[in-house]
Amino acid sequence: METNQKENAPTNVVGKPLDRVDGPAKVTGAARYSAEISVPGTVHGVLKTSTIAKGRITGIDTSRAAKEPGILNIFTHENLPKPAKTPKQIEKWRAAQSYLPMQDNQIQYAGQPVALVVATTLEAATQAAALIRVTYQAETPIDSYHDPKAELFDPQKIQQGKKDGHVVRGNPQQAYNGAAVKHEATYVHAINHHSPMEPAATLAVWEGADKLTVYEASQNVTMHQGNLAELLGMPREQIRVVTKYIGGGFGCKGSFWPHTILTVLAARAVNRPVKLALTRQQMFTGVGHREDQEQTLKMGATAEGKLVSIVHTKKATTSPWDNYTESNGKVMDMLYACENYSTVYELARANVMTSVWMRAPGEAPGSFALESSMDDLANQLNLDPLEIRLRNYADYDHSNGKPWSSKSLKQCYTRGAELFGWSKRNPKPGQTRRGKLLVGHGMASATYPVHSSQGTARVRLFADGHAVVEAGATDLGTGTYTVMTQVSADALGLPPEKIRFELGDTRLPTAPGSGGSVAAGTVASSIMAAAEDVWDKVVKMAVADKKSPLYKAKPTDVKVELGRMFLSKDPKKGETLLAALGRSGQPDIEGSGTGKYGAGYEEKNFGQNGANQNDDKQKPGGHSMHSFGAHFCEVEVDPDLGTIRVTRWVGVHGAGTVLNLKTATSQMTGGAIYGIGAALMEDTFRDPNFARYTNADLAGYHVPVNADIPNIQVEFVPETDPYINYLGVKGIGELGMVGVAAAVANAVFNATGRRLRSLPMTPDKVLEALRLPA
Amino acid sequence: MNNFSYIQADKAKEATAAKRDDKSAAFIAGGTTLLDLMKLNVENHGQLIDVNMLPFRGIEMTKDGLRIGALERMSEVGAHPLVKENFPAVSESLLLAASAQLRNMASIGGNVLQRTRCGYFRDTAFPCNKREPGTGCPALEGDNRNLAILGTSETCIATSYPGDLAVALIALDAVLTLENAKGKQRQVPITKFYLLPGTTPQRETVLEADELIVAVTIPQTAAARKSKYLKVRDRSSYAYALVSAAVGLEVQGGTVRAARVALGAVGAQPWRCFEVEKALVGQPATEATFRAAAELALRGAKPREHNAYKIEMAKNTLVRALSEVASV
Repeated sequence: METNQKENAPTNVVGKPLDRVDGPAKVTGAARYSAEISVPGTVHGVLKTSTIAKGRITGIDTSRAAKEPGILNIFTHENLPKPAKTPKQIEKWRAAQSYLPMQDNQIQYAGQPVALVVATTLEAATQAAALIRVTYQAETPIDSYHDPKAELFDPQKIQQGKKDGHVVRGNPQQAYNGAAVKHEATYVHAINHHSPMEPAATLAVWEGADKLTVYEASQNVTMHQGNLAELLGMPREQIRVVTKYIGGGFGCKGSFWPHTILTVLAARAVNRPVKLALTRQQMFTGVGHREDQEQTLKMGATAEGKLVSIVHTKKATTSPWDNYTESNGKVMDMLYACENYSTVYELARANVMTSVWMRAPGEAPGSFALESSMDDLANQLNLDPLEIRLRNYADYDHSNGKPWSSKSLKQCYTRGAELFGWSKRNPKPGQTRRGKLLVGHGMASATYPVHSSQGTARVRLFADGHAVVEAGATDLGTGTYTVMTQVSADALGLPPEKIRFELGDTRLPTAPGSGGSVAAGTVASSIMAAAEDVWDKVVKMAVADKKSPLYKAKPTDVKVELGRMFLSKDPKKGETLLAALGRSGQPDIEGSGTGKYGAGYEEKNFGQNGANQNDDKQKPGGHSMHSFGAHFCEVEVDPDLGTIRVTRWVGVHGAGTVLNLKTATSQMTGGAIYGIGAALMEDTFRDPNFARYTNADLAGYHVPVNADIPNIQVEFVPETDPYINYLGVKGIGELGMVGVAAAVANAVFNATGRRLRSLPMTPDKVLEALRLPA
Repeated sequence: MNNFSYIQADKAKEATAAKRDDKSAAFIAGGTTLLDLMKLNVENHGQLIDVNMLPFRGIEMTKDGLRIGALERMSEVGAHPLVKENFPAVSESLLLAASAQLRNMASIGGNVLQRTRCGYFRDTAFPCNKREPGTGCPALEGDNRNLAILGTSETCIATSYPGDLAVALIALDAVLTLENAKGKQRQVPITKFYLLPGTTPQRETVLEADELIVAVTIPQTAAARKSKYLKVRDRSSYAYALVSAAVGLEVQGGTVRAARVALGAVGAQPWRCFEVEKALVGQPATEATFRAAAELALRGAKPREHNAYKIEMAKNTLVRALSEVASV
């Protein structure tokens, strides 16, 4: 017994910097991304998109295109089979955009699909698409909220009616008017595109008329399955969506876009599997973007620097059909202690596709405004930027009055300041030089909410000492495969190499997608619930087995940790799950379970997790749940050339249990890089007359290159949170990016004495700011 | 991309004759610009004539200066000791351009024939006088942030050559050797190679249809030996210049004896600044001199809504580059 136990020694790998389990498959090319998958008979689809942004199609001449070799069909609005329902007719439509092109001759945005060519080769389909001649009756488009023709309106609700367009508490205007210190500023955010390395792609495979498999670049296979079922009028069970690997998504693959259903409809019509990937140019008009927006923020404070009012408004561009806009107010609402607060959204319809969530939607641009204004206030009051944040530290969530489930922001400030050497910063702007360069230091806070979520998982433990664990989650490339392998390993007491974790398939137990930072927390919880089911079953076997040291024990007296069952009162008495399973003669045992993340978990486990058992004030669902962090950075500004270089970065975060130090650090590093991109260079230009992008490729749309990025130091402060899920895990997909742009802008202010309020802070804007008096 | 036929030329005459006989043909060397534009359907060639086998190679010092075969690759030339030592601006302009992969592919002859990065030119959905003469120029009222402020016309404000190398070559009085289908060679100073847009923005150089660039020769001068290429851009690498400057100075006893100055990404073509050079010669090599001279560089500039910043940025870039080569 003892030997056996040692051989399968508890690995205790959660938290360890385990190498990616999918690493070898990725570097050897064995990992197939959606557009790399082919099934026998696969043919290729290519979209032809609209050159105009508004008007109607008057004619489509496909005669030349049809002469290309191997053309199977050229679909237009005239011959593409109609879906059973359009998104507008679907009550439970789960996507940002509700408009489906190619249903009629109307053009509503530039880059809208107008034809889909299917051919036996990609080259022929591509060339045929180029040869299609579409004639249009063009109308003058509206390009954005700042177009003189645009009309701003009050949407009342935003995001498909899910969120309020007005949020008010207290009396913010009155409090602002009476404040000892006032600050008002307007912040502009450019259009950003997610620009993942892997393009959006669909491979649609029909088996007969009523069975469909779709290999999709999807952050959420369940969402794609559900929307397809509704669009096609088919039972969900008849549709399988598979996404084994994703080459980045940042949100754009977490919504449903036209190319998917158009490919599915075309595949059914040609009776062949059809593969379609968007070109890089089409990625700019095919899968949403972060909308162009402008925020006005008024903040009032006491002479001691305590906030008394936050009055926030946001103007943004939206599509002709949807009221999608990021909810920037979320971060204004709760980051600091402030009794009086309001956010109001105003939108303008323009001829653009619907924008969509992009990494830290709302929090990223919202924190740029909030944390820049806080820096200004600190400067106005002659306070250290850290000090003003401490004076406004929120000991509870002022947006709902609830206590935090956990909050380590103070520790993040302290540790970050220490690592960075914040105390050595010269508070006076424009004083530090390095040769011809101006040097500045800035900081900002980060926060991201825990969005309540739930999912299921299945665990199958084999007597030979390996296990298969399954959940229909996705891995954006950030490490879901790896961290869930670790969670499973510890749950079963197996080494990680004995775990096969499967994800990315609607045939697997339903799990949430990768979005809103919910995947890690939810799937970890689900696996633990499924593992508990296995434990219960094996414990029952053991207590009934004469050969077990637990024979005749009460199952409720048995605990399981790292794969070993033992008596709670006599931990020496016990054996491994595998030992008991092995004796049973059963080859394997399966368990399944539902796991929750956030408020749902807290409610379900109320009273069970010691921490809140005896606290009357802490009702189920009684906690506000957020992760927090702090960024510190150094920049060098060239006052003659206008260039900004980030030269140092420290990010310290409190995000509950860290499942894998290596992947978590990488993700937070990536968040800082993504934020630096938005801060310094990412900007899609939409022509004001044509409402069409002019830099829709990765040469024109700049994302950071290695040379732009300094060493980024990331640390996590230890944080235990018993309320959010089984393992105390908080999601970290978005947190690392929140506040980054403000930290850079604050450092630029410290370097130059100039405040840049328009992102990205490109050299032209820096020179313009430097021309003005400080 | 349209279907095309492909031939590999073994002799220069074979290549140039094929080009002369087929108006839809194009030479291909590295292909880093050509294939890109063909994929965008901005260029549609019926035939590609591969010139990579032709003997236009070699980097050697001649009595006229450094002669670089047109088929040498950017990376090789940029790293070559003769180039680094005698023409640092040329080396820097090459190594600050594009990415390592592109530099390994792209040829010197192809580099000087790069076409504009103007977004309207590169997207066939837009009108563009350069791509389709007579259709109009949306850049005038649109995305002109990275377009030209000197030498433009009402038909086109593109920085027709968007790259780096030609800026250094223009500053240093390089000469291009061209060879036509008759096998006849001619020498064209690069300062006379590029054409301003005027009313014919589609005509970008003096290169005839059957001519191939076979070599670039850069005269060896004291100013070339003390030269520099400074590039300002939106990100630290792999981006076109917002403004760039190639400068060379010969300074004796604190006085400027000779100066070579050119600007990139501000002119419709790489912009030689003769007036700045004149203002520098005979003056003390001080920042004040450089500042005063730089003021002359942008005279007559015609900024648009989004590119007025280039005036100040270009002046500052010149001053910085001159100060650095003069070590002041």
